[in-house]
Amino acid sequence: MNKTIITVIGKDKVGIMAKVCNYLANNQVNILDISQTIVSGFFNMMMVADMTGSSKDFNVLASELKQIGEEIGVDIRTQKAAIFDRMHRL
Amino acid sequence: MLDIKEVIETNTMIMENNLDVRTITMGISLLDCNGATLDEVKNKIYNKITTVAKDLVKVGKDIESELGIPIVNKRISITPIALVGGSVCRCPEDFVEIAKVLDKAAVTVGVNFIGGYSALVAKGMTPADEYLIRSIPEALSSTERICSSVVVGSTKTGLDMDAIRLVGQMIKRTAELTKDNDSLGCAKFVVLCNAPDDNPFMAGAFHGVTEGDAIINVGVSGPGVVKAALENIKDANFEVLCETIKKTAFKITRVGQLVAQEASKRLGVPFGIIDLSLAPTPAVGDSVGEVLEEIGLEYAGAPGTTAALAMLNDQVKKGGIMASSYVGGLSGAFIPVSEDQRMIDAASCGALTLEKLEAMTCVCSVGLDMIAVPGDTKESTLSGIIADEMALGMVNQKTTAVRIIPVIGKDVGEQAVFGGLLGYAPIMKVNPYSCDKFISRKGRIPAPIHSFKN
Repeated sequence: MNKTIITVIGKDKVGIMAKVCNYLANNQVNILDISQTIVSGFFNMMMVADMTGSSKDFNVLASELKQIGEEIGVDIRTQKAAIFDRMHRL
Repeated sequence: MLDIKEVIETNTMIMENNLDVRTITMGISLLDCNGATLDEVKNKIYNKITTVAKDLVKVGKDIESELGIPIVNKRISITPIALVGGSVCRCPEDFVEIAKVLDKAAVTVGVNFIGGYSALVAKGMTPADEYLIRSIPEALSSTERICSSVVVGSTKTGLDMDAIRLVGQMIKRTAELTKDNDSLGCAKFVVLCNAPDDNPFMAGAFHGVTEGDAIINVGVSGPGVVKAALENIKDANFEVLCETIKKTAFKITRVGQLVAQEASKRLGVPFGIIDLSLAPTPAVGDSVGEVLEEIGLEYAGAPGTTAALAMLNDQVKKGGIMASSYVGGLSGAFIPVSEDQRMIDAASCGALTLEKLEAMTCVCSVGLDMIAVPGDTKESTLSGIIADEMALGMVNQKTTAVRIIPVIGKDVGEQAVFGGLLGYAPIMKVNPYSCDKFISRKGRIPAPIHSFKN
């Protein structure tokens, strides 16, 4: 599995999830888990996704997601899950 | 499954607290680059570096974008050049030619520094060692990316005072040759005692002769992360303080370990070590000085600084050791003056003096680092300062180093500006009394006794 963490940070508004999920579905990225919270007034959303089935390269997916974020005024980061697993799990 | 709070914590460290991996340094052995002529050796050196390290920068950038953490520097360390060029270099100018080839190789593979224009002379100098040391001013002033170091002592061998005297002269000469840039050449030169063979940090990095053909060493950073963690436990007792530093160091180091393993796998080069160091930058919020202030000092240099630094350094190691399978290099809190905004401030206001810095280096890595002093400081005084710092390392069985910059044309009250990660520094006052007679003595200081410790 190519486990990836997608985080969305910004001002909450209608359609953020729809946009991101739509893009992931169109690119055969499977969403494994979604959670969200509010930190310092900002909407924080985290998706755990599996990119194994996607025909696009990690860097392409990451930059296209970042671009979608810019269009809707939120910050979207795509990172391999390994960095979080290593830091927080023994 | 990961918790969103953990993901936010990691990303806050990266985006707000300046967490980064400071350097991926590829160590490359040049011991197989021998030849009958200088030109043959130069060609072999260039070909080996540009072959072994050809993908280093690309792999570093790939890992950076996939993990979402900055990897600030991609660098190379090489076998000390005095050993590599010894059989074909007949004068200092021959070594300068090798320096220029190294600089060209660094540009070709895209690394910002290549370390190892070095000589290991802890007990004595061969003619080649001496040629290399004498070539340092010209080499550093005619190249951009070369870092140079000379190891002048160790706990096992004592101190080579002839080398220390010569190095003082060479520092002054380097300062003069680079005076148009605030004597920048000296910022790329370090004198060491008990130097590690696997240090990934410049300017003292070289690929020791005990190492394999190529290796990946990684230096982590993160003073901003430690400072942010301490802000949340403002009035805590020492137990809580130490636990917080340890846990933070553990997290930082785990990321370094991941980056090192990934780089090693993708480059097909064995993983060497993680250097557990709190390495500051001139950026606000990326300062070891700030961590010391958060612990409870008005400025770094105030009474209590040495104790606070000893504790900080020890906790960083205790937290980091378990996070990595191999730890090495310098591993400790760095206290370079010009590369740390709060250390600059402390030195500027007089809270931090050269003498206090010397005391601080007894309890942390690495030494008197990026210290700007008046341009008219005598060569023998520079050698005296170096000898003092080397003696601390020799007696205490630790690495110590001196990177000192006599800024030609400037005096106390003025500033030297080096730019980039090297930052800027106030010119610090130097004790004006002479050590001429001491430094002019020939020979070496014997190794210290290894028992009867008091």
